[in-house]
Amino acid sequence: MAQYIARRLLQAVLLLFVLSIVMFALVNLAPGGPLAGQGQTRRVRPERVAMLKRQFGLDKPLPTQYMIWLVGNDWMRVDLDGDGKPDEYGTRRGVLRGDFGFSFRTRKPVLEEISLRLSNTFYLTVVTLLVAVIIAVPVGILSALKQYSSFDIVATTFSFAGQAIPEFWLGLILILIFYAWLKNPFTGEPLLPSGGMYSLGGEFSIPDRIVHLVLPVTAGALGWIAWYSRFLRSSMLDVLHQEYLRTARAKGLKESRVIYKHGLRNALIPMVTMFALDLPYLITGAVFIETIFSWPGMGRLYYQSAMQRDYPVLMAILIISGALMILSNLAADILYGFLDPRIRYD
Amino acid sequence: MTFALGKGISTSKTDQRGHARGEGILYMVWRRFRRHPGAMAGSIVLALILLSVIAVEFSPYSSDASNMAARFEPPSWAHPMGTDALGRDYLTRVLYGGRISLSVGIMVVAITLCVGVSVGALSGYFRGWLEPVLMRITDAFLTLPAFLVLILLSAIMREIELPFFQRNNVVTIALVIGLLSWMTFARLTRAAILILREMEYVTASQGLGASPHQVIFGHILPNMIGLLVVEATLELGYAIIEESGLSFLGFGIQPPTPSWGNLLSNASEHFIKHPWLAIFPGLMIFLTIISVNYIGDGLRDAFDPHKVLKRMGEV
Repeated sequence: MAQYIARRLLQAVLLLFVLSIVMFALVNLAPGGPLAGQGQTRRVRPERVAMLKRQFGLDKPLPTQYMIWLVGNDWMRVDLDGDGKPDEYGTRRGVLRGDFGFSFRTRKPVLEEISLRLSNTFYLTVVTLLVAVIIAVPVGILSALKQYSSFDIVATTFSFAGQAIPEFWLGLILILIFYAWLKNPFTGEPLLPSGGMYSLGGEFSIPDRIVHLVLPVTAGALGWIAWYSRFLRSSMLDVLHQEYLRTARAKGLKESRVIYKHGLRNALIPMVTMFALDLPYLITGAVFIETIFSWPGMGRLYYQSAMQRDYPVLMAILIISGALMILSNLAADILYGFLDPRIRYD
Repeated sequence: MTFALGKGISTSKTDQRGHARGEGILYMVWRRFRRHPGAMAGSIVLALILLSVIAVEFSPYSSDASNMAARFEPPSWAHPMGTDALGRDYLTRVLYGGRISLSVGIMVVAITLCVGVSVGALSGYFRGWLEPVLMRITDAFLTLPAFLVLILLSAIMREIELPFFQRNNVVTIALVIGLLSWMTFARLTRAAILILREMEYVTASQGLGASPHQVIFGHILPNMIGLLVVEATLELGYAIIEESGLSFLGFGIQPPTPSWGNLLSNASEHFIKHPWLAIFPGLMIFLTIISVNYIGDGLRDAFDPHKVLKRMGEV
């Protein structure tokens, strides 16, 4: 087991390395390269740009640039004025030591920008996922237990519809209904806010936070509810036809015990791993929800950075979510073996 | 296609279940497909959407000439979906947008089929050193944060001057989406071929001197057509969603060329006052995707590819 995890981790590191090379090449494909944003916000003299380039190592060939990006250049002397003689040590520490460079847009360290938003995305994601699971699990179980009943037909139809609604459209429609059309009968204000994490200028209050969560969570969770309920229904149906359930019944167990102890437990195994696999999608999928509901998270940051060619931020988010995807793949595999001893690693 | 199917899995002339002579696989599939109400409804809706997208050629309104006197008119008999910020008939715009969105979808399916089936067939049939290499590449693509890379790629493509790929046109977007979504086909094809290549009729045809090309295209692919058709249908849905999402964010098809996604994106500025601008393009996406998904479900039941594969595996 330990050997298996070690091998997978090694593969993950290799994969991440290749991924970062590809991303790096891609970003450098863009016209102007990583300094393209510098001339736009403020007029910068050409000499200054040339110096910046040398300072960041951008005058070097691409492979060297990649090395600098990865391990930094603070251990080697940099030729700042371009006279061919090295002057002082570089300032970059490299991605491996957590230095993703500076955002072109805000000029703050990229990692600082991201860590500000990451918790917001995490908060939205966790609530969305909780809501999705709390609704999807009972719906999926009931659907499977009463296959072809009217409840099952309604739930299945709903899950088809839920999977077909694009979340960006759902977001707009929800704003239309709960912000533009429905009004609070007492104050005449919109029933629900159309965006943001909390009321600006207001004090921290839990009801205010919850009110701001309703629409983004609904828009984000619907697709997941549809997907998980359908997934659980089919894995539950699989389990219900297994022989060990017949055995459990035959030895005289109560039906509820048969279903929940022997059936549900096994049906949930693929769901748990699916869960681990979906986690990064929830974070990257937040691009739409966060953009529509002006939620200050990673997804919106990614969108804004792509809009304004803020390549250091794009790179950092890509690498971080790539790492997340690889790790959650690994977690899913390990979890699967842990929950289901029938699976063997080789 | 019928010919290829006939060689592969046609039911024999005297079917045990007493079907008429010459009843082919396509007829069997159709008989089962017909019994799936969702799939039938989906087919009708999708056919209607396709027809209207083609028929928009005869619309009395132009898709891009503006008419400032008729801005933001709500839906009426003259303009069933109202008019937009430039006074253009929205129904005409939405249908032209559908043309673009559906073309992107169909092109993505073609691209992913070609790439995915080739990669899967090569690694599944020839094995050797090729298989681990191709499968590692497939795995690497699967671990990409696909939608983020999609955004980055199209944002970059938007700025690079290339002769054929100007300003994120249909081909560029389809290629970019296709490049990031062929992996399912590759895995599926490989898995199916690993089973099929051990079948006796494949050994027989190899023994008779058939080339790998003949074996793959003449004997193996026809036998996994059901699997591929089902997956291709679902892929059409994904591709349309990805294109609309990309265009919604502004990285996909660029206005003035309409697509369902960028119509929604333009609508997001005005939709509080003029809700029809947001409702209709999204409704079209929703109807298309739900139809496609139901059709895919119906086809899955009709072809029953998993049962077929399972049976093949047991032989």
